[in-house]
Amino acid sequence: MATIGTPVRRREDFRFLTGGGTYTDDINRPGQLYAYILRSQHAHARIGGIDTAPAQRSSGVVAVYTGQDMTADGVGGLPCGWQIHSKDGSPMAEPPHPVLAVDRVRYVGDPVAVVIADTLALARDAAELVNVNYAEEPAAIDPVAALQPGAPQVNSEASGNLCYDWQLGDLAAVESAFAKATRIVRLDLANNRLVPNAMEPRAAIGEFNRATGEYTLYTTSQNPHVIRLLMGAFVLHIPEARLRVVAPDVGGGFGSKIYHYPEEAIVTWAAGKVHRPVKWTAERSESFISDAHGRDHVTHVELALDAQGKFLALKVSTVANLGAYLSTFAPAIPTYLYGTLLAGTYTTPAIYCETKAVFTNTVPIDAYRGAGRPEATFVLERIVDLAADEIGMDPAELRRRNFIPKDAYPYQTPVALQYDSGDYAATLELALKAADYQGFESRRREAMGRGKLRGIGIATYIEACGIAPSAVVGSLGARAGLYESAEVRVHPTGSVSVLTGTHSHGQGHETTFSQLVADTFGIPIDNVEIVHGDTDKIPYGMGTYGSRSIAVGGTAIVKAMDKVIAKGRKIAAHLLEAAEADVEFKDGKFTVAGTDRSRTLGEVALTAYVPHNYPIDELEPGLDETAFYDPKNFTFPSGAYIAEVEIDLETGQVAVVNFTASDDFGRIINPLIVAGQVHGGLAQGIGQALLEGCVYDKASGQLLTGSYNDYAMPRADDLPTFALSTNTTLCTHNPLGVKGCGEAGAIGAPAAITNALVDALKPLGVRHLDMPATSEKLWRTIQQHRAPIAAE
Amino acid sequence: MYEFNYHQPTSLDEVARLLGANEEAKIVAGGMTLVPTLKFRLAKPSDLVDLVGISSLRGITDAGDALVIGAMTRHAEVERSPLVKQGIPALAALAHVIGDPAVRNRGTIGGSISNNDPAADYPAAVVGLGGTVQTTRREIAADNFFTGMFETALDRTEIVTAVRLPKPQAACYMKFKNPASRYAIVGVFVARTGGGVRVAVTGAGPCVFRVPEMEAALARSFTPDAIKDIAIPQDGLNSDIHASAEYRAHLVGVMARRAVAGCG
Ligand SMILES: Cc1cc2nc3c(=O)[nH]c(=O)nc-3n(C[C@H](O)[C@H](O)[C@H](O)COP(=O)(O)OP(=O)(O)OC[C@H]3O[C@@H](n4cnc5c(N)ncnc54)[C@H](O)[C@@H]3O)c2cc1C
Repeated sequence: MATIGTPVRRREDFRFLTGGGTYTDDINRPGQLYAYILRSQHAHARIGGIDTAPAQRSSGVVAVYTGQDMTADGVGGLPCGWQIHSKDGSPMAEPPHPVLAVDRVRYVGDPVAVVIADTLALARDAAELVNVNYAEEPAAIDPVAALQPGAPQVNSEASGNLCYDWQLGDLAAVESAFAKATRIVRLDLANNRLVPNAMEPRAAIGEFNRATGEYTLYTTSQNPHVIRLLMGAFVLHIPEARLRVVAPDVGGGFGSKIYHYPEEAIVTWAAGKVHRPVKWTAERSESFISDAHGRDHVTHVELALDAQGKFLALKVSTVANLGAYLSTFAPAIPTYLYGTLLAGTYTTPAIYCETKAVFTNTVPIDAYRGAGRPEATFVLERIVDLAADEIGMDPAELRRRNFIPKDAYPYQTPVALQYDSGDYAATLELALKAADYQGFESRRREAMGRGKLRGIGIATYIEACGIAPSAVVGSLGARAGLYESAEVRVHPTGSVSVLTGTHSHGQGHETTFSQLVADTFGIPIDNVEIVHGDTDKIPYGMGTYGSRSIAVGGTAIVKAMDKVIAKGRKIAAHLLEAAEADVEFKDGKFTVAGTDRSRTLGEVALTAYVPHNYPIDELEPGLDETAFYDPKNFTFPSGAYIAEVEIDLETGQVAVVNFTASDDFGRIINPLIVAGQVHGGLAQGIGQALLEGCVYDKASGQLLTGSYNDYAMPRADDLPTFALSTNTTLCTHNPLGVKGCGEAGAIGAPAAITNALVDALKPLGVRHLDMPATSEKLWRTIQQHRAPIAAE
Repeated sequence: MYEFNYHQPTSLDEVARLLGANEEAKIVAGGMTLVPTLKFRLAKPSDLVDLVGISSLRGITDAGDALVIGAMTRHAEVERSPLVKQGIPALAALAHVIGDPAVRNRGTIGGSISNNDPAADYPAAVVGLGGTVQTTRREIAADNFFTGMFETALDRTEIVTAVRLPKPQAACYMKFKNPASRYAIVGVFVARTGGGVRVAVTGAGPCVFRVPEMEAALARSFTPDAIKDIAIPQDGLNSDIHASAEYRAHLVGVMARRAVAGCG
């Protein structure tokens, strides 16, 4: 029975919901010690010296190490996985990123020393005795101010705090289109800084086996092989064969668990020094100041239109905050995952984007759910809405006039990407109908009677997912390939283990991937096991991020299954004494075409492992195949979101009253899991738009939103019941026709919500609102704009 | 957390002895405020004296014109109590909007008012209803109990045993929640009693306070309109990244009007 396309319940949930999961902190190794990491409380300071002697003498302490100790032992800095070049061709500034600060701390939270003790409490007690002699210096906190002459310098290797000044697109073409335009719409906007807040805080256990010389790292990672490569090759100089990285159950990542973090190197290195396992688990407050943050852009955008409302050209200039150091993939986010998306769903013929990336004395910033694409979508969908307002056209109609038509694929955008498929107009119509867009004005009037300003907002989005192909990303500066691997191991009696290079940390791979295998091989889902997260078990693979798992990892599984079936046909042909060409595989059976003579997959597998009657001269025994898949192109999910909000006139408080999401994810393997992914993404997107704002004190560089007392996460009662639908066009270049769905909600929702808020405030003459749109911000906006109306 | 000794006495005498013997000892009730403080290493008590074993501190009794709520009564018990729902429904509604279910299942009314967080909800009800705080030594009128930010009239070794809350003719609590912590940015408790109208405000200032001007206006006419022109001065009000003093002052007016309307 086919399971693809049906809402199979997540197989892993029983384990997770009954406390049966194994997360890194659940693992305890014999003789384990505990690490406490002492972190800088200053945004910027020179380290005059560190006195660890009193801490070393403290009860239960086994060792105290500083950056000096690690450097002296030859430990390298944390590497960056992507190199960007500036407009002038020069490579980005790449300051060293020591695992523990050596002579200078550069943000509140920068690791300074590690105390290793018998218990965590004893390690913490001792950490209070570590005496760091800090000489405080002025800090650069605001990214725009950090670029001004005379701003405090974060890294001496990056003059003026500039990492790179990058560009994409044809500026001359854009300028000439602007010269001919009937109308130019301009807007300044910001994309707020976010703290990722995975439910499971990061944790790491390092272990060293003196007998074998092998190191093991258990870590909360989205990509254990990437960590093994980066930490082994660049930081600790341990050959792959002697380093095992295990990422067991991981409780959410959203990008923040892609990167190679200092703590992973610290516990692994320290385990080798003290010859005992060393465990570190972040406290929630520590997560706020040590997990890579997301977004933080300041942008100026201009859109040129002709008299009919056709977009002629788009010009975008962005300052992107990188924080104090380059996190693993940080340079790619405000460039190739951002500028390339600025065509969106539209035919805009000329686009130019420039990004200045800047160092500041704040936590490093990297990819966070959507990574560059929410930023691009926010810029584009805000300026499109503003344009509709300025030319007096319905925002849905303006979008329709500019959509890439459905017969235009493959469609080459002016910003490097080639879209393979889509039908944006149909997806928008689906959403408009579901949201009763036509009937909105009467709802607006009705709300006014209740003291509520009601608004409706549309956002369409495109995302580039399934990140690859390797050759393309390599030419754009990636220092790694971005294919995926899978091994499909058919066991002697026909059950199947799939070893995948992707990693599941909430996405439900154990279910979705099993459905693929069950349907292809015609076996029950229960006979399929998905193995991931252990470099000793799985083939070299790149992990999970960028909504790539089904599109890239799933395709690798399909390719490995194809190899299994090809070999199985040979074995079956031998057993059935038929020509290989006459054997077909269907419903779990190899059959001689046109006959009822067949062998099951299990029978063929048994023959492969017990090759008594076997074509041993032509064929190796076993039924175990590996495939690596490097896609020809990105996939391009897209969608149209419609938000409806109400603002309380007296308090400024917002309620999201309706939210409609129509998406094109290509073929859907499991609609239940897809809906869950969309729900989560929408919650985060609505969170960004209304609640989540990471705030630093501009002078001291202290994180003001360093706990849930001050950092507002979206909760169930902040959200409406979502109305979801899909409009499917298949991806043309992978065998499953899949596109990916993990980030969509977070990409489309912020613009939809903000457009709805601005629409609600339109009667007051409001043009734009920055995120998060807090109650006080809205109340002030209403106050400021109400006065002139009252005076009329 | 730092190390401490843990005690679970079964009588108030024993509590007094433990507190007397250890200068750095602290009472723990629900632990919803104290335990996070300990985890952050912001307090270093030598001993924790848990009140959970003292059964006389728990429970709600009907004293005719008032309800008497034992100090160790959990928010969830107040929220669900038929006596409270009938006698002071506004109080059950207030308990329902404290924190989340986990917090309500642990946190206690005695702990909440002894802690006197400027953004806590109960102080507004205790002052708004003109209640009385009963301690191991005396009875303290609500108006004299809450003395400042995280400060009360309690001595170090004095324990809240119960709170006596008169039943009002009508009452309503309106809370404007902090979107992050869900404590009150502004909470206004309005009560109409035989003795007049009381308006108590929490969240807005360093400590719960009454608004005599609104009380007088409402005594003349108990309608939202009666207080619509009363401006709350923003001087001395709290100001943080969630709400400026000006916004809080404005919200006091809005919440007060809504609370009056909510009294039905
Ligand atoms: C996530 C979260 C959300 C919350 N949200 C809210 C909210 O929305 N509104 C709100 O009002 N509160 C909120 N709280 C606080 C909660 O109501 C606490 O329960 C309350 O503040 C303290 O009560 P407790 O019983 O837990 O006291 P504890 O934490 O045990 O003690 C608090 C203090 O009071 C002292 N103390 C306790 N009992 C007595 C007594 N009988 N006599 C003398 N001193 C005593 C203790 O020594 C300590 O100093 C929240 C707490 C959390 C963790």
